[in-house]
Amino acid sequence: MKRSFFSGPYALWMIMFTIFPIVFVALYAFQDNTGAFTIDNIARCFEGTYMKVLWRSVKLALECTALCVLLGYPCAYFLASKDFSKYKTLFVLILLPMWMNFLLRTYASMSLLERNGIINAIVTGLGFERWNMIGTEGAVLYGMVYNYLPFMVLPIHTSLKKMDQRVIEAAQDLGANPARVFLKVTLPLSMSGVISGITMVFMPSVTTFAISKLLGSGNFMLMGDVIENQYMVANDWSFGSSLSLFMTVLILISIGLLNRLDANKSERSDNW
Amino acid sequence: MKKFFKGLKGSYLALILLFLYSPIAIMIAFSFNAGKSRAKWEGFSFKWYAELFKNEAIMDALRVTLTVAVIATVVSVILGTLGAIGIHACRKGWATALINLSYLPMTMPDIVTGVSLMMMFVFIKLDRGMFTMILAHITFDTPYVLFSVLPKLKQMDPNTYEAALDLGCRPMKAITKVIIPEISPGIVTGGLLALTMSLDDFVISYFTTDKAQNLSTLIYSAAKRGVKPDMYALSTIMFVTVLALLIVINKRSTLENIS
Repeated sequence: MKRSFFSGPYALWMIMFTIFPIVFVALYAFQDNTGAFTIDNIARCFEGTYMKVLWRSVKLALECTALCVLLGYPCAYFLASKDFSKYKTLFVLILLPMWMNFLLRTYASMSLLERNGIINAIVTGLGFERWNMIGTEGAVLYGMVYNYLPFMVLPIHTSLKKMDQRVIEAAQDLGANPARVFLKVTLPLSMSGVISGITMVFMPSVTTFAISKLLGSGNFMLMGDVIENQYMVANDWSFGSSLSLFMTVLILISIGLLNRLDANKSERSDNW
Repeated sequence: MKKFFKGLKGSYLALILLFLYSPIAIMIAFSFNAGKSRAKWEGFSFKWYAELFKNEAIMDALRVTLTVAVIATVVSVILGTLGAIGIHACRKGWATALINLSYLPMTMPDIVTGVSLMMMFVFIKLDRGMFTMILAHITFDTPYVLFSVLPKLKQMDPNTYEAALDLGCRPMKAITKVIIPEISPGIVTGGLLALTMSLDDFVISYFTTDKAQNLSTLIYSAAKRGVKPDMYALSTIMFVTVLALLIVINKRSTLENIS
């Protein structure tokens, strides 16, 4: 028996549970209720209502990604620096929430912000009026950043750690000041980590529905909510499939564009 | 000056830790609260833990979560390891095709994976419950095993396998005696990754089950009705479990680095 035959069961499984389901989405996206071919459902994705939802989702996801880069880069940089790289536990602690159940993280952030939560206890204790945070856009953004920040720190940290320290020393020896070393050497060399981080944060946050439901209490419909609604409430699989297809294409295009920015993308997958 | 900068870096990291851990710390603290309040301390008690273990729905969800995670991990470890061994021995074109196919579930948004599997299960009239959840979890777990094992195969000296064959070993025995021991660190890492992925998942479980609830879907429906402290006890237990698991993984990887 040839060893290559061992890939058979795996290939079969992937065809059955990845390719077939995608074929279903593609078929339904171009069907009406009776099963006849139509592009109406695809056209519906571009209607004003859904474009507004898409814009809101993209805007929130971009804000979340930007905040994660701004908060996560210094965090990864300090963790990888000589001062802190010896503290392994510190690194594990920052990544630990990543391995905790996603819904538990959302629940934790929800309990912090809720009406009878600790923040409101402090606010009212100081004599101010109760602050209704749940159901605001800020709460949704907070929930996203809270959930996805470790996913930004890990790949940046990996790319910083892999960097050849001699290159930085060379820049220093040649007379570059610390700011210049960072901007001209460290930052460009860690871009592959930043790009993996952006993918890991932007993708789930642009399609989320649990965070917007729980922290936005349904006031902020995002693309994920609209898709979930088609399957769980409206029972319109055709439109749900069209929206899913639309989002997948959008994400694949953005990943493609991001990869083009990344000069050494062969290293990108190694950051994980 | 140097000390000053180190202090500055340290305080920034402390702030990040505060940001990440204050919600968790508050949940853990108030899981031991005697009262129902989530903001006022009313004395220490294990009341919420006692109630948690009496709650049939939560205990069922816990059983479903663990069963799904364990079965999905075992199956994906077998499928992924065999797959990696096969891909490693394949012609280049076929190997590239399979690797690209494996990237697909990792790059597709979870919600799309979820709804696509749901549509297929409904179409082939498979009742959505624990079984379909297991199928779905195997599907998203296996690529992680594959990508943990493949690099270990690449690092291996191909001559050792050939040597085993030359010395009269049957191919099957050569695989179990030569290849598997050599790549076992990758298999264990992949298995642990699969286990945590399965325990972490909400979105795909949500769409691929109807009857059986796992902890994620249970917490989701409970959270829609508002925050209640009985969930705090559950969160505390799960947090401590993940912490223990991660410490074990970390110990392993430092051991690997030494050897």
